[in-house]
Amino acid sequence: MSTVLPVIQPALNPQPRTETDFDEKLAAHGIELRAAKVDTLQVNVGKLCNQACKHCHVDASPKRTEIMTRETAEAVMDTVRRFRIPTLDITGGAPELNPSFRYIVTEARAAGTHVIVRHNLTVMFETHQEDLTEFFRDHGVEVVCSLPYYLEQQTDAQRGHGIFQKSIIALRRLNAVGYGVDGTGLVLDLVYNPVGAFLPPAQAAIEADFKRELLSRHQITFNRLYTITNMPIKRFLDYLRRSGNEERYMSKLLDAFNPATVDGLMCRNLVSVDWTGRLYDCDFNQMLELSVAAELPQTISDFDPERFAHRRIMTGSHCFGCTAGSGSSCGGAVTVS
Amino acid sequence: MAYYEEDDLQRFSDIAKHRPDLFEKFMAWYQACQEEGALSRREKALIGLGVAHALQCPYCIDAFSQSCLEAGSNMDQMTEAIHMASALRGGASLIHGLQAHNSVKKVSM
Repeated sequence: MSTVLPVIQPALNPQPRTETDFDEKLAAHGIELRAAKVDTLQVNVGKLCNQACKHCHVDASPKRTEIMTRETAEAVMDTVRRFRIPTLDITGGAPELNPSFRYIVTEARAAGTHVIVRHNLTVMFETHQEDLTEFFRDHGVEVVCSLPYYLEQQTDAQRGHGIFQKSIIALRRLNAVGYGVDGTGLVLDLVYNPVGAFLPPAQAAIEADFKRELLSRHQITFNRLYTITNMPIKRFLDYLRRSGNEERYMSKLLDAFNPATVDGLMCRNLVSVDWTGRLYDCDFNQMLELSVAAELPQTISDFDPERFAHRRIMTGSHCFGCTAGSGSSCGGAVTVS
Repeated sequence: MAYYEEDDLQRFSDIAKHRPDLFEKFMAWYQACQEEGALSRREKALIGLGVAHALQCPYCIDAFSQSCLEAGSNMDQMTEAIHMASALRGGASLIHGLQAHNSVKKVSM
């Protein structure tokens, strides 16, 4: 469906509008949502963050105290080693603020696991984080950074006053140690989130804009840009309600349902772990406390990739956020638009 | 009765209650025009936004403002498109001033 025509098409095919619609929608398309494999463990090490972004589905902020203990981090690492998990995706909050963060990264890399860190760019200016870029480089971490737009106004509107300028300095530091620079093998990806109640643009088109503008304005280079749809959860849902956009945004997600996205949904190849060690089908379900199916082990200590490989996925109305338009995942769009 | 109802935009296809064959033809054309082609979706969305302002259609302004955002445009780009359409409207009015001049000249000594 053309994203240029978001408001006329829906009326031609009126869509259901209730909480349980996602499973019904899949069934109407003859789709049963099950995992295909588990190649990624996505670990949310806590809700503590140095920022409090307006779209955050975690509701993370400097005031949050929920943070993964060393004991739980060790249980995660036991699992990574025992089952030779190919990829560990570390998120938060700002995961670097967890005292066990460097332990997790170091142990995972020693085990041969590929490590992705979801990095907010400004945490490197916090106390004891001065050497963060060198730490990333020395451990060959893939760094995925949040930058909702290549201009200051939009970025600060979502992430807070002054964040854009700090983010630019941070990106230059990452470039300076080799991240996002051809030939180094150090991967620097950016994440675009819409600054408001609308869907992301085509990923390839906005990536080209970011590459052109960040290079010409700030001499910054990076590898890929991922477009991620804002999820109607926690702080972004609060924004939708406060601004009177909830109904319209949910309709937009429903109307843009694209069955071709389902094969590539991130819940089909990852398991999400919360700061207490509980297991979920994705980070969004985690924030809604929607655990993995009841017949499965519920904690990281009991995790078994074989039992999770073809599990049924728990869903809710928020899942329409991942199937709208070109689709959305922690790796960006899931179909080419 | 208000002349413009925001919800009417979502009800556009109600037009098809009568002569649905004509609306179907319109929609096929309308959608085909907006597909990526020699022009990008973003360029087409910006053209749509400019035309919407030239027509002063509140439904189109709403729809194409969203379309521009969802094509990755920013407010500077969108505002330039609006100025472009507005300048053309202004110019189109102004050039008609020569019609007035011609008309006056025709009857003047």
